Amino acid sequence: MNEFDDIQGIVRFGYKRHTEACFVLLQVQDATAARAWLATAPVASAATAEPPPATVLQLALTSEGLRALGVPEDTVAAFSSEFIVGMGTDPSRARRLGDTGANAPSQWQWGTGARVPHVLLMLYALPGHLAAWQAHIEADIAPGFTLLARLPCADLGEVEPFGFKDGISQPTLDWDRTRPAVDAEHTTYSNLSCLGETLLGYPNEYGGYTDRPLLPPQPALPRAEEAPDRADLGRNGSYLVLRQLQQDVQGFWHWLDGVAEHHTATRETLAAALVGRKMDGRPLADAPPGDPNAFTYAADPRGTRCPLGAHVRRANPRTADLPPGEPGFIGWLTRTLGFDAPALAQDRVASTRFHRLLRRGREYRTTESGLYFICLGANIARQFEFVQAAWLNAPQFAGLHDETDPLVGTREPAQDGFSIPQPTGPDQRISGLPQFVTVRGGAYFFLPGIRALRYLGTA
Amino acid sequence: MTPQSHFMVVAPLAAGREADLRALLASMNTQPGLADPHHSLLPFAQFTQLHFARFVLLDDALQADLTTLGLPRPRLPTYLAFMGDCDGPARACLEAMAQRAGAGLGRIFAHCEGFTQGTDLTTWMRAHDRPLAATYVHWRGRSVQQIREEAALQQALSQRVPRSIDADAQRTHQYLRSFVDAEVLAGHLHLTPPAPTPLGWQVANLVHLVGVPLVGLVLLPLFILLLPWLIYALRQRETTDPVLCPRPDPVALQELQDIEDFDVSNQYTAIGPVKPGRFRRGLVTVLLVLIDYACRHVFIRGHLARVQTIHFARWAFLDDKSRVVFTSNYDGSHQGYMDDFINKVAWGLNLVFGNGIGWPRTDWLILGGARHEQPFKYFQRRHQIPTQVWYKAYPGLTLADLQRNQRIRAGLENPAPTDAELQDWLRLL
Repeated sequence: MNEFDDIQGIVRFGYKRHTEACFVLLQVQDATAARAWLATAPVASAATAEPPPATVLQLALTSEGLRALGVPEDTVAAFSSEFIVGMGTDPSRARRLGDTGANAPSQWQWGTGARVPHVLLMLYALPGHLAAWQAHIEADIAPGFTLLARLPCADLGEVEPFGFKDGISQPTLDWDRTRPAVDAEHTTYSNLSCLGETLLGYPNEYGGYTDRPLLPPQPALPRAEEAPDRADLGRNGSYLVLRQLQQDVQGFWHWLDGVAEHHTATRETLAAALVGRKMDGRPLADAPPGDPNAFTYAADPRGTRCPLGAHVRRANPRTADLPPGEPGFIGWLTRTLGFDAPALAQDRVASTRFHRLLRRGREYRTTESGLYFICLGANIARQFEFVQAAWLNAPQFAGLHDETDPLVGTREPAQDGFSIPQPTGPDQRISGLPQFVTVRGGAYFFLPGIRALRYLGTA
Repeated sequence: MTPQSHFMVVAPLAAGREADLRALLASMNTQPGLADPHHSLLPFAQFTQLHFARFVLLDDALQADLTTLGLPRPRLPTYLAFMGDCDGPARACLEAMAQRAGAGLGRIFAHCEGFTQGTDLTTWMRAHDRPLAATYVHWRGRSVQQIREEAALQQALSQRVPRSIDADAQRTHQYLRSFVDAEVLAGHLHLTPPAPTPLGWQVANLVHLVGVPLVGLVLLPLFILLLPWLIYALRQRETTDPVLCPRPDPVALQELQDIEDFDVSNQYTAIGPVKPGRFRRGLVTVLLVLIDYACRHVFIRGHLARVQTIHFARWAFLDDKSRVVFTSNYDGSHQGYMDDFINKVAWGLNLVFGNGIGWPRTDWLILGGARHEQPFKYFQRRHQIPTQVWYKAYPGLTLADLQRNQRIRAGLENPAPTDAELQDWLRLL
C-alpha cells in the first residue's frame, strides 16, 4: 500500500499544469509562531490527482532551519552529514562540487553566511492563481518568518532557457514496490528505481536504508521499517537539492555561431552534440520512435552517435551493474574479474541505478535566465554529489581528458575542451569552451513527509 | 621493463615529539596534505624514479574498539610511516634520497625513537623498511620517465594531428611520424626505449610464480582434511562476529575531506585491528599471500578485477599482525572510489577486510560485507586516517590518460599498421 497522503506531491508530480510558480526562501524569526504555522501549513500531498487543485504548497527545511525551530541537536545530528553541513558552507565540498571560480559560494546570491535559508516554500498555481496564493501565504507566515528571497519561476513550456526540451529522463519510481529491493546484480539498465532511492524509510537498491533520525516512539509518527521500536522522522520524506543555475543563453548561441561559422544547421548539430539530444528532445542515441527515453548507450561505446562527454550522457550514462557481454556463467565471470577487454573498456562508468536523481526543476527569467535545479534523493552523497563530482565535473569521466560537462561543468584551465568522436579519423576537438552556466545559490533541504512536518510543528 | 617496488619506513615516535612533527610535515605542503614537490626538506620531484610518496602518522585510533568489545587493549605507540612507490629497487631510491636530501629526512626522522644525530640515515631507513603483505601496481613496468615522455608526446600529437574528417589515415600516420622524428632530433621530445628487465628480478618473479602454487600443492591435502573444520570455524565466526560501524566523528570526517580533490587523483590510508584469535590471524595471512600473488602475476596490466582507477595499493601488518595498514592512490573522488569498490569488487574487499574488527557482516567470506552500503561507508571512513604529506609525480594525469598515451606511442612506433589499427589509433589523439 502506498502512502500517498503522507508524501508531498512534488515527489509524484511535476505540477506541469501549474505553469505559474514561485519559490520562497525564509528564515525563522519566531520559533513558536513558525512551528505553529508548520503544524497547519496547507501542504499538498501526493494523493491529490484529479482535478488538480488550483494552488499547491510544498515545503522543505535546511538543517539550520531545523535548529532555528528548536529541533534537538541529537535529532539534527541523525540526518545525513551532507545535509547537516550544507551545500555552501564547506570549502572542501565546494571543491568537490565544482563550486569554484565564478561558481564559488562567496559569489552566491543566497545560500552562505547570513543568507542560508531555513525554509523553502514551493508555490505552484494554475494560470492566473499565483499572485493571490502567494500574497495569502506570505501574510500567513509573517509572524514566524522573515523573507530571505523570492525565486520567481517562468513558464517556458517544458523548454529550458537554451531552448532544449527538458524534463524527459527522470526515473520512474517503483510506487508499488514491485522491483525487488535486494542487493542482486542487475545486468540490464532500468528506468524503474526502488522507492528507497528517493523516499526515506524504504529499502533502496542495495536493500538498505539511508540516514534519517529514528526517535523514541511518537503517536504522530510512523514506525521505522527496519527498527519497529523506533519512530521514523524521515519516512515518506526526501532530501531536496536546490541550485540556482544562471544560463548565459546569448553567450551559448553566440559562441556556437562562431564555431559553426554562422551555418545554422551546423550550429544546431553542434549544440545537440553538447547536450546529447536534439532541441526537440530526440536523443542522439537510437531510441524507438515515440519514446525519447527508451535507450542505452551500449550500442555506442565510442560515442560516435552521442559523444561520451555530452551532457545527458554524463548525467545519466544508463549503465547496468555489469557492462554488456557474453551471456552465461563464463561470460559473467570474465566480466566480473575484468578479463573481457571490450567490457572493461566500457566499465569506467557503471551502475547508474545507484545514482538516480529525481529532477523537479523550474526555469526562471528575470534580469537573467536560468534554471532552479531541484532534485530529490535519499542519499545526497551517492546521488547528487556523486553525479556532480564523479560524472559531470570529472575530467576522467569514461576515459575522457581535459574536459568537464559542456553545459554545467567548471572551466578550470585545460578542462575547457569537448571531443566529438567520429566514425573515422581523430575526434573533432573543440577547445576554449566558455562557461555557460554559473551557480548563483544553493542549499540542501529535508522535504518531510506530512506527518513529520506536523510533528516538527507541534513537538 | 623497469619493475616497480615499494618502501615503507616505519618507526615509533619519540615521546612528546608528535606536535612538532605534525607542524614540520605541514610545512612541506602547498595545500593541506598536498606536498610541495620542490620543498627543501625533501624535494620529491628531484627523484625521478618516485611515483607516489606519503608521510603519515599511524596512531592508536580505533584501538578503543577493542575495549568496546571487551577485548584486552595493548597500548601502542604512534608511528611515523614514510611510504613510496618507485621504479627499480626501493633501496636504491631510499639511498638516493638519503644522499641528496639527507639533512631534511634526518630532521623528520629525528622525531622518531632511536634516531639521533650520529645515526646513519641509510642504515636506519633500511632497518625500518617493513616488508609488505601485498602490493598492487596498476601497470607493471611503466616508469615515471615513460609517463612523462608519453604525456609530452600526446600533447604534441594532439595539437598537430589534422582533424579533417576525410584525411587519409596512412598519410596522417606518416606525417606524424616524421613530425615526431624531427622533434626528437631537435630535443623537444624524448622517447627513451624501455630498459631491459633486470635478470635478478625475473628469476625472483619466476620463483614466486611457481613457488607459491607449489607450497599450496604441498599443503592441499592438509587443507582438504581440515576443510570441514575450517568451514565450521568460519561460519561460526561470521554469524556471531560483532559489527561495529558507528557514524564517523564529524570533525574527523571534515579533516579527511579537507585534504581531498586537489588533483584528479586522491590518496587513501586506513588502519584497523585484526579480529582476535589465531583463526582470523591465519586467515588474513593466507588471503594476503593470495592477493599478493594475484596482484603480482595476474592483475599486472591495468585493472584490479573491474577496478581501473588504482595507481598503487599496499597492505602491511603492524604490531605482530594485530593491525593492518592499507594505502592506495586512486583516480577520482572518494565517493566515486567507494562506490566503485562496493559495486565492482565488494567480494574482494570482504576477503581481506572482513577479518578486521567491526566489518559489516559477511557470508562465505565474499558475500554481504561491503554491500551493506551505509555501514560499510561508515566503516571505511572511520578507519581512514589523514595523510600528512602526499606526493604524486604526474599531477593532472589519470590512469586512463597514462594508458591512452602508452597506446599512442605504441601506435606511432608501429611500422606497418593496418587501416583498422590506424583508425583506432587516430581516435586516441
